[in-house]
Amino acid sequence: MLDAFGQPQSLVVLGGTSDIAGEVVRTLAQRRCRTVVLAGRDRDGLDRSADAARAAGAERVVTVVFDASDVGGAARAVDDCFDAAGSVDMVLLAVGMLSHQRDELDVERTREIVSTTYAWPAGALTRVAARMSEQGYGRIVVLSSVAAVRVRRANFVYASAKAGLDAFSIGLGEALRGSGVAVQIVRPGFVRSKMTAGLPDAPLATTPEAVARAIAAGLESGAPVVWVPGVLRWVFGVLRLVPQALWRRLPG
Amino acid sequence: MPERTLLCGWGRTAPTRACVLAPEVADDVQRALAHADARGTVARGLGRSYGDAAQCAGGVVLDMRSLAGIGDVDQVTGEVDVGAGASLDSLVRATLPSGWFLPVTPGTRQVTVGGAIAADVHGKNHHVDGSFAQHVAGMTLATPTGLRRIGPSSDPELFWATAGGMGLTGVVTEARVQMLRVETDQMLVDTDRFVDLDGVMAAMEHGDADYRYSVAWVDCTAALGARRSGHTGRAVLTRARHAARDDLPPPDRHRAPSPPPSTWLRAPRRVPPHLLHTLSIAAFNEAWYRRAPRHRTTELQSMWRFFHPLDGVADWNHLYGPRGFLQYQFAVGPGEGAVVAAVISELADRRIPSFLAVLKRFGPSAPGPLSFPVPGWTLALDMPIGPPALRACLDGLDEAVAAAGGRVYLAKDARLRPELLDTMYPRIGELRTVRRRVDPEGVLRSDLSRRLGLDRGLDRGLDRGLDRVGD
Ligand SMILES: Cc1cc2nc3c(=O)[nH]c(=O)nc-3n(C[C@H](O)[C@H](O)[C@H](O)COP(=O)(O)OP(=O)(O)OC[C@H]3O[C@@H](n4cnc5c(N)ncnc54)[C@H](O)[C@@H]3O)c2cc1C
Ligand SMILES: NC(=O)c1ccc[n+]([C@@H]2O[C@H](COP(=O)([O-])OP(=O)(O)OC[C@H]3O[C@@H](n4cnc5c(N)ncnc54)[C@H](OP(=O)(O)O)[C@@H]3O)[C@@H](O)[C@H]2O)c1
Repeated sequence: MLDAFGQPQSLVVLGGTSDIAGEVVRTLAQRRCRTVVLAGRDRDGLDRSADAARAAGAERVVTVVFDASDVGGAARAVDDCFDAAGSVDMVLLAVGMLSHQRDELDVERTREIVSTTYAWPAGALTRVAARMSEQGYGRIVVLSSVAAVRVRRANFVYASAKAGLDAFSIGLGEALRGSGVAVQIVRPGFVRSKMTAGLPDAPLATTPEAVARAIAAGLESGAPVVWVPGVLRWVFGVLRLVPQALWRRLPG
Repeated sequence: MPERTLLCGWGRTAPTRACVLAPEVADDVQRALAHADARGTVARGLGRSYGDAAQCAGGVVLDMRSLAGIGDVDQVTGEVDVGAGASLDSLVRATLPSGWFLPVTPGTRQVTVGGAIAADVHGKNHHVDGSFAQHVAGMTLATPTGLRRIGPSSDPELFWATAGGMGLTGVVTEARVQMLRVETDQMLVDTDRFVDLDGVMAAMEHGDADYRYSVAWVDCTAALGARRSGHTGRAVLTRARHAARDDLPPPDRHRAPSPPPSTWLRAPRRVPPHLLHTLSIAAFNEAWYRRAPRHRTTELQSMWRFFHPLDGVADWNHLYGPRGFLQYQFAVGPGEGAVVAAVISELADRRIPSFLAVLKRFGPSAPGPLSFPVPGWTLALDMPIGPPALRACLDGLDEAVAAAGGRVYLAKDARLRPELLDTMYPRIGELRTVRRRVDPEGVLRSDLSRRLGLDRGLDRGLDRGLDRVGD
């Protein structure tokens, strides 16, 4: 169950090999979290994440295999996770795939990125919402991105998918009001992780640990939207209004 | 599916949704237990426990308030049969005019008899009179294996496991309560002010035995703005006994004791999130201390002002704002006064504000394995959720309390680390044994029992899920 500080005892991670998710699991397992279900496509990677979860204090760690390019399989994957966990206090959605300029105008890549970053997550969150409503409580934490707030050319395929996911999550949060289930949207800036390996740091670059700390604090405060670092909330308050001609020329 | 309702405790943290049924007779309760589904069932009284004890996410919650019948008091023995959903407020209203008062009353009358048994509540007279269940001569308990009539000498294991058992052994439908004979509705109160904690603790150690009621309020706030205040630990001790007829001024001596006034104020439902913050809490504590006389004896005070000063304002818990608040209450042995001092200075050092820290000495324990009071000291602190240091700070305090052989009060808890439960309640195995007997299917459960692992060893695998799905 969630305690008075919103800290979970059982956690399902969709995208169990993600670097950011790994830090979230570590932070929460050091607190109250004892049951962790890690779902992803890479069996060996999941086993490594499971070992790390146990080292941090999780007692029961289960892995579930799915592939987010199979959009139709989203509900099934979520059901597998819930059935494995029993009660689920929190779900972290970390699946996502970054696009690069080279992916532009490639139909196959676009389909893959949109499936993993928006279509599969939307399907999965829908099922999560249903399972948690049935339970009568729960927290859904969605890794969106500042990229969703203002789309830029360099990764617009990914950013558009995140924009869809972000908007979807806001709507889902509204739909779940009064159900005991709450949604937390996380909008990190540039995070040094597997996803951004090899890319130059953007301004205000941050770490998976910082994202995990912000998420855990958000569980306590009940904030519906968490920015990491926090200052990005104000930065993007401005950037979202900058004329496109100027936005196009900004660095980062 | 029937309508589901979002429920929370008095602290308004961690709400969950359940299907709420309102049984009107014991048979309705029995039927509900017989048809419980996998998520389980638990009883709920007036929701005055602070945390998640009277919630059952996704399951069924039995709202007991309709089983509220109150019989006639036996004028010789003082025993009265009461529906478990009756509030202590309605009970005392019915019995006081004929001179019978509550044997034990918590800081509010707005709790049900069932809730008072399930938490085995204590009052300011614990050092003399013990806890609530010690004044219950018998009760009817609906369990998944049938309706039982139990008492301290018929099925004592089940009776005492129910006292403090947080609703997990069954649903109390009716109880026979032994009331206390009083002559008036007035108290004779002695008040003393102390500049530090040592002073008040010494006075309580030496003087409590002379009074039926005793409680101290301790200032745990650092002074306004200042780093660390010399005021931390100053205290106001109030001790009292029931006034006899002859203690009253002559014109009042022949008046029948009169029931409590009704609520006169309702707190607003929406308040700014930080209304009760460090500054206002410190100011409140300051005012409370200043208001108290340095030393005053045998002041006549109405029972209601003495026992339930907060009952005048309905829904005051809403003043803490949307994030809610918690109460941290622990008990430690008589030689562990240092833990009390350590807790107070730790909170002051971390600048965690707390309202109305209440200090009391407990007398001997009741036989119940989960009954909270153990002989020694208890301290209760109300604090808003918000200060970032609070979560880890309380975890640290738990360790200190457990290391001293103490425990926290489950009726107040909303955040204990489950691994500490067995240390704090070493007789918890007795509760599990009784539950296995009366509830072999594991029907009775609550958010609290799930959170603290009270159901461990009892579950049917429903909460654990299946290992290795998808492998
Ligand atoms: C302002 C305030 C002051 C307080 N002061 C004190 C104090 O001085 N001393 C003290 O000991 N406590 C104190 N309390 C705590 C309170 O007395 C207990 O939490 C009590 O259990 C609340 O009763 P309730 O009817 O509201 O029960 P709820 O909060 O609704 O339920 C509490 C527990 O009782 C169980 N329960 C309720 N009815 C039944 C039933 N019919 N059969 C079986 N189980 C049942 C529930 O399942 C749950 O586990 C205080 C609370 C407040 C808000
Ligand atoms: N890093 C950043 O700068 C940044 C900024 C804002 C938001 N985010 C978001 O944060 C989340 C986590 O990112 P991260 O930084 O931790 O990067 P990451 O380690 O690459 O995490 C991405 C996760 O998605 C999984 N995934 C990708 N395609 C999948 C598929 N087809 N099927 C199943 N799983 C798939 C990955 O699994 P594999 O390990 O098998 O590849 C990995 O677990 C992502 O949603 C990302 O968009 C990241």
